[in-house]
Parts: sequence; structure tokens; C-alpha cells
Amino acid sequence: MIDVGLFNYWAVIVLMMVGFYTLIARGNLVKKLIGLNVFQTSVIMMYVTMGKIEGGTAPILVESGEHVVYSNPIPHVLMLTAIVVGVATLALGLSLVVRINEAYGTIEEDAIMDEAL
Amino acid sequence: MSQHLPVLLVAVPLFLAPVAALVGRWKLAWAVAAAGCWWAFAASIMLLRRVMDEGTIHYAMGGWEAPYGIEYRIDLVSAFVALIVAAIGAVVIPYARTSIAKEVSEDRGALFYSAFLLCLSGLLGISVTGDVFNVFVFLEVSSLSAYAMIALGQDRRALTAAFQYLIMGSTGATFIVIGIGLLYVMTGTLNMADLAERLPAVSDNRTIPVAFTFLTVGITLKLALFPLHLWLPNAYTYAPSAVTAFIASTATKVAVYLLLRFFFTVFGAAFAFEQMQLDMVLMPLALVAILGMSLVAIYQENVKRLLAFSSVAQIGYMVLGISFGSVLGVTSGILHLFNHALMKGALFMAMGCVMYSVGSVRIEKMAGLGKVMPWTMAAFVGGGLSLIGVPFTVGFVSKWYLVQAALEQGMWPVAAVVMVGSLMALVYIWKVVEVAYFQAADPDHQIREAPLSMLVPTWVLVLASFYFGIDASTTASIATRAAETLLGVGL
Repeated sequence: MIDVGLFNYWAVIVLMMVGFYTLIARGNLVKKLIGLNVFQTSVIMMYVTMGKIEGGTAPILVESGEHVVYSNPIPHVLMLTAIVVGVATLALGLSLVVRINEAYGTIEEDAIMDEAL
Repeated sequence: MSQHLPVLLVAVPLFLAPVAALVGRWKLAWAVAAAGCWWAFAASIMLLRRVMDEGTIHYAMGGWEAPYGIEYRIDLVSAFVALIVAAIGAVVIPYARTSIAKEVSEDRGALFYSAFLLCLSGLLGISVTGDVFNVFVFLEVSSLSAYAMIALGQDRRALTAAFQYLIMGSTGATFIVIGIGLLYVMTGTLNMADLAERLPAVSDNRTIPVAFTFLTVGITLKLALFPLHLWLPNAYTYAPSAVTAFIASTATKVAVYLLLRFFFTVFGAAFAFEQMQLDMVLMPLALVAILGMSLVAIYQENVKRLLAFSSVAQIGYMVLGISFGSVLGVTSGILHLFNHALMKGALFMAMGCVMYSVGSVRIEKMAGLGKVMPWTMAAFVGGGLSLIGVPFTVGFVSKWYLVQAALEQGMWPVAAVVMVGSLMALVYIWKVVEVAYFQAADPDHQIREAPLSMLVPTWVLVLASFYFGIDASTTASIATRAAETLLGVGL
């Protein structure tokens, strides 16, 4: 059997780097925001992976008294908050892009720099 | 009610924020915001007094005991920082009424005050919470509302400044969440006191230094330590004047508080300074910030931008104090946190008065203002003296402690850099004073003194900066006790 134990963490690292690179390297403001969102999403995946254990279910007490393995709910709940924060950030960022487009007529960073001078 | 004071401090402004947005008319919204700010001020004074008398306050949110529930843990440092934030909020809000009415269009007024309250409650929340994930949530509450407020500036460059701040600020916040996640995976707790207990057992694991690094980079981005300060000059320059005054004196200060909290309470000074050798990173950066950013400030033509670069330099002083890792050093950092909030608040508010009457804060537009706007410019000189560190001002007190801390460790070159930084502050403040007092005003331009509603709050801060400069015993003793609490000595 191939060891898949760390697969999720590798996925987190790849997503994180893709997002962070896009955030830094792209001049288009919308693409920057997409990069930021991918970056934030990779963190969500990291937290959820931390809380998950093999065969774990939702942490609900069952009457029958049998032994149930469950995943740690706290990282999942934390990420509900992080998702809300991510949505709010993206919404604010996009609305700023709309207003930048109205004010400058472009959303390319280089063109905005030229015009600001 | 009094046992619920810790949560009410944060919750009242938080719940008043949607009320301010819903009342619609900006004057009503202002009244709601003012109520929130003054409530927070009163509550933070009561909390500080209680902490000084009875020691650390523990408040279990919703009755769930720590470490299972979220705990609000208010020690002397938290109470002091909360007081700084609330006091600046209480002074800026009457000022904002006139300033914002001029600089922000009327239909956005109510939303502005809503964002102001959110920002205030977020900053207060960071300072009182004892839960690391809660820190992140409040950080985002305050940051998102700050981006929105900055974007309300008149110049279209305010939009790009807000966008740049959003990108860098969110990156910093995400770094902080990564760090918190790595701490959680190693310890299984989010409570600061609990983390501090459990971390030493696992500190040999490589995850902990990685978490430490992510947190340090994330927080230094938020507090604009050189070279992660790029978002700050534009954001301060193009934001509405009242917003600049508020954010410059609170947001970066709260980030400095977070740095203290994580280094000393969560990780412990031994881990941060001996194992990670943090001082080797922070001290050079702080020194470069002091010298480099003061130099850049000298060449600015826009006075708000000049003060923004000076802020980055002043943050260098705070971080320098912290990087000594000694009681005296941390004391000077905490003192400068308070003192810089007073003087930078006063300076930015004076510039807001100039913006109100002249419509620009470019240095060439300020010729002869010393005669036509005597009160405003006198306030600027008062704040400027403090920035330079002239005796009988707060700036002198914090530099006195900082130089002492440097000499205590035998680092006289560091003390010399602090002195050179002060001289550079003299140069850039003088540059403005010279134009304002020694050049003739343009006689075609009819410029009037700013209204009293703006001058009075400005002068409250200026006089406070002189008062706490002459009688520093209160602030210095609080700062010393706070530093001792953080370092765990003298208890």
C-alpha cells in the first residue's frame, strides 16, 4: 500500500504556494484576489486534515453505547469562522476592484501605477 | 453587571455597529458611534483600575470554563492597551464629526461610523482575549473595517492604498492562522495560558519553531516593521484624516501588543530569545527602520506621508525596546506604545485640521499657516517636540527608558542610533515648521482656523502628551509592572 498519510499535507503545501505565488506575481487585481483566496483555502484544508482521523465520524453521542471513533470537531468549527472571514475579505476586495476600475479605467497594477504618477 | 464588564467592553461597540448602519442619517449614526466609543473608554478605565487592585481578571465566555471555552484574560498589559485604544477612540470621535462631514460624502456617513465601531471593537477584542483563535477573528474584524474606512478617502489613490493594505494584511492574517494551527496540532489547545503550559514539553519538535516563524512574520506584517511596512505609507496618506489619526495610534499598537503576548506569554522569553534568537532578527530590522525610514521621511513633500514614514521609524523604537528582552527594554516598548499613540494622534489630527481648512497637506500649501491657523500649527509643534523627544514631553520619557535599556546591556551604538533618529525627527519636523512659520502666506487665499470641534480633541492629545511627559510616574509604573508581568519576574 502506498503511504497516503501525508498526501493532504502535500496538497496543502502545493495549494499554499500556488496561491501565494499568484498573489505576489500577478499584476491583475482580480487574479491577485484569486491567489489570496487559494492561499486562504489551503489553510482551511490544513486545519480540517489535522482534525480528521481514519474512520472518524461526527462527534454525536449515540444511545446504544457502542464505541465510536470521531473526528476532532474544533478545527472544523474554527474553519467555519475562517470561511466567513475569507468570504468577507474576498467581497471587500472585489468591491474595491470595482471602484478602482471606475476610478482608473483599468485593473492592471502597472497601468494604475502609470496613471497615478 | 460589573462581572460582565470584560465582555461588555467589546460587545457594546460591536452591537452598536449595525445600529449605526441602520439608523441611516449620519448625525444619528455619529451619536451612536460616540456612545460606543465613550462607553468603551469608561469601561476600559474601570477595568484597568480593577486589574491594578485585584490582579488578572478571568472571564469565561458563556460560562464555559477555560480551556474548553473562550476565556477573556485581562492582565495589566491588556488593560493598558485596551485603555489606549478606547481613549484614542473617545478623542477621535468628536473630531470625526466635523472632519468626516467634510471629507466623506453624506450618504456614506452612517456606514463609516458603523465601520469605525467595528474597528474599535475588533481592536479592543484583540487586547482582552485570552484565546489565540479569537485573536485572529478580532484581527480580521478590525482589519476589514479599516480597509473599508481607508477606501473612503477623497483621492482615488485611497482605493489602491486600501487594496494594497487588504492584500498584505490578509496575507499577514493568514500567516497568523497557519501559526495558530501548527500550535494547535502540537498541543490541542487554543487558550494562551494553557498553550504556555504545554509548549515547553514539545518545543523540541520542529513544528513549534515553524509556528513561531509564521506568527512572527504575520504579526510584524500587521505592525509594519521594516521591511514589511509597504502598505502603511499609502494607507495613512490617503485615508480620511480622522481615520488616519485613529488607525495610526491604535492598529499598529495593538499589533505590537500581540507580538508581546505571543513572545512572552505564549512562547515564553526563554524560547523566543534563547532558542530562536529573535533579538538577532528584530534588533537590526528595528535599527534600519529607525534610520532608514526617518531618512525617507525627511524627503517627503506630503506631510501626512512624512508622518507615516515617521510612524514606521517609531515602530522601530518599540520593537527595539522589545528586542532587548529585558524588563527595562519591554517597559520602554510599552511606554512608547502609549506615548506614540498620543503624539502621532495629535500630529495626524493637526494635519486633519489643515486638510479641513486648506484642502491639502502638501508642504508647499502650508506657507504662512503659523499666522492664519495658530492653534493648529501650535498643536503640530507640540506633537513634533514630542516626536523629537524634547524634555517635558512624552517622547523624552520613552527615549530615556530606551537609551537606559540599551546602556544596561552595554550597547552604546544602539543608544547612539536612537539619538541620531531623534535628530532626524528634528529635521523633518523643522521642515514643516519652517514653511508654516517663516514663509509668507499667499494673500489671495482666505484660510481660516479650523473649527473648535476639531481643535479641542487635537489639543486634548497635545496636552496629554505634555502632562504624561512631565509626570510620567503613572504611565511608567504601569508599564514597568506590565513588563514584569510579561516576563514573569518581580511577582
